[in-house]
Amino acid sequence: MILSGEAAMASILVIPAVAAALLAVISSYRLGAVLNVLATALTLAVSSLLIFARPAPSLYLHVDDFNIFLIILNTFVAFTTSVFSASYIAHELESGRLTSGYLRFYHAMYQVLMLAMNLALLANNIGLMWVAIELATLTTVLMVGIYRTPAALEAAWKYFILGSVGIALALFGTILIYLAARPAMGQGLDAMAWTLLVSHATSFDPALLNLAFIFLLLGYGTKVGLAPLHAWLPDAHAEGPTPISAVLSGLLLNVALYTLLRFKILLTANGATLAPGVLMTGMGLISLSFAALMLYRRRDIKRMFAYSSIEHMGIITFAFGMGGPIASFAGLFHMTMHSLTKSAIFFAVGHVSQAKGSQRIADIRGLTESHPMLGWGLVLGVIAIAGLPPFGIFMSEFLIITSTFARQPLLAIPLVLGLLTGFGALVLRMQGLAFGEPSPGNAPVHASYVPLFVHLAIVLAAGVFLPGALVSWFRAVAAMVG
Amino acid sequence: MHGLAFDIAHLLSGGLVLISLMLLYQVRLYSLINVFAAHAVVLGLAVAWQAFVQSAPHLYVTALIALLFKGVVIPVVLYRMVQRLGIHRQIETVVGVGLTMLCGIGLVALSIMVMLPITEAADVLTREDLAFALSVVLLGLLLMVSRRNAVGQVVGFMSLENGLILAAAGAKGMPLVVEISVAFSVLIALIVIGIFLFRIRERFDTVDVHVLDGFRGEQP
Repeated sequence: MILSGEAAMASILVIPAVAAALLAVISSYRLGAVLNVLATALTLAVSSLLIFARPAPSLYLHVDDFNIFLIILNTFVAFTTSVFSASYIAHELESGRLTSGYLRFYHAMYQVLMLAMNLALLANNIGLMWVAIELATLTTVLMVGIYRTPAALEAAWKYFILGSVGIALALFGTILIYLAARPAMGQGLDAMAWTLLVSHATSFDPALLNLAFIFLLLGYGTKVGLAPLHAWLPDAHAEGPTPISAVLSGLLLNVALYTLLRFKILLTANGATLAPGVLMTGMGLISLSFAALMLYRRRDIKRMFAYSSIEHMGIITFAFGMGGPIASFAGLFHMTMHSLTKSAIFFAVGHVSQAKGSQRIADIRGLTESHPMLGWGLVLGVIAIAGLPPFGIFMSEFLIITSTFARQPLLAIPLVLGLLTGFGALVLRMQGLAFGEPSPGNAPVHASYVPLFVHLAIVLAAGVFLPGALVSWFRAVAAMVG
Repeated sequence: MHGLAFDIAHLLSGGLVLISLMLLYQVRLYSLINVFAAHAVVLGLAVAWQAFVQSAPHLYVTALIALLFKGVVIPVVLYRMVQRLGIHRQIETVVGVGLTMLCGIGLVALSIMVMLPITEAADVLTREDLAFALSVVLLGLLLMVSRRNAVGQVVGFMSLENGLILAAAGAKGMPLVVEISVAFSVLIALIVIGIFLFRIRERFDTVDVHVLDGFRGEQP
């Protein structure tokens, strides 16, 4: 049976919702984990149908070239993470860090988070988009605090307060967009539908749009983790369960950046506003340089990779800020590659910290000897994320640097410096983690290596050869983002 | 009639800014909660007036939520919580009250100077509403950064959110206002439950957020 586009779009939202309700009442954690995997697999299957049958945009939901790739990426990483999560949480239950009651809650929240992220990506109404981001924030706050240790509670509280302030500012920006649109488009739902907003953008008041974008940049920028609004991010990544760190870094940051880019397109379509790119390049460079320096002093392995996420979101924001066909292409490509690589790294890190019983970098040494598969998986992941060839991130960083040199040579200096600084820190730490005398704690791990190596294989393949269809499609989206 | 409608709307949203400023100098938790209840009641009246002026009946729902939920339920819960946790002493502020007030006045001036020139095209009611709403939002932020106490920060966040509801109600004909105010109420309820559920008091013997900093996993 072939689903129509509308039905496929609806089921991307309905499947997680139904799964969340079911998972909330299933007390067996094994069954819950299986159901979680099944639900994400089904969502992935349905979302890939959208390639063939694209529904017409409504006032609430729409699918276009830009969000379809993020929806598929999102559901794919959600699926692989749920596979990883199934093997991860079994260990958490054995070691007594989580009880089965909390696991039930965890699985239900996982599906609610998927629902929120899919809704944010599909939303055509900018108010609905905001509600979805708020829902995603709430669910992740609850999951970050799930271990109930003082550190986890602190992280959850910090994330809660900073995230709430962020989304509050974003709502103010959304209201201002509506006010800018109202004189031209009249009252009501039309003035909040993104597809209609873009086609009328030239008649909006540029001054109002400027102010709105600043609020949106600060608001959604907090969720993207751009410095100096990033304070919640390392804590939330370090203290929550590792599957959630993978989803936060790999997906939620992307979703927040996606919403920001939608508004950037709106400003570019208007033409008379201040250039949104300048603000984005500035914040991107600050995040990149700051995070690259912070990488050196990290003692906690998950915290270190959280700073690496800030660094990469900085690079992506910088690329979109530069704009133009090459830089935007590289930004989109980098978004995809970072999402896959960083979640793969967190899959490895999750099992490593379980095996060693610690997240402290000082306690983890010589992984390639004690746990060869995990160790080499982590090495490959770090090589990929540090931007070494032949992995995909090398290609996107190369494109960003060359296009920056061609257009703004002065900006290339801090960019390259930041990239090299981050590279040095990661390679330095990787040596200690992977090689040398193994540290105590050689418990065997019942890891599922498939998600880890599938992600790395895709990143490798994309770095070596990108199919022509994908390239032309990435180009089309890059032209849209501007 | 238009003159009177405008004056009343102006009075109510101006009152909201004034109460926001009053929140800044409350040093006792009980009085902070009392003033916040007044804040929510004035917001409810302002939104109800907007509903009347714009003849938009759905805004009455938002007004009712503000009146009942934020004006009565939340303050009562906070009261009991403060009692239960035994933290009715003074709140530790980060900087002095005088300096905070000066910053607050500066923020109000800033938001009026930012909003009024760029909204010249909009009608007068929306313009003034928006300028006041931005002041309330910024004052809420200031309250949040100037308090170290978790309850104080929650009150700051709720007053910030009141400013957003004021802006949304003032934007004539904006859809989803009710949905957004419900979403915010859920958020607030969760924050308040969070203080309870996370048992910040029992685990740390304090709701002073400053103390939580020590638990960061970065010690050597």
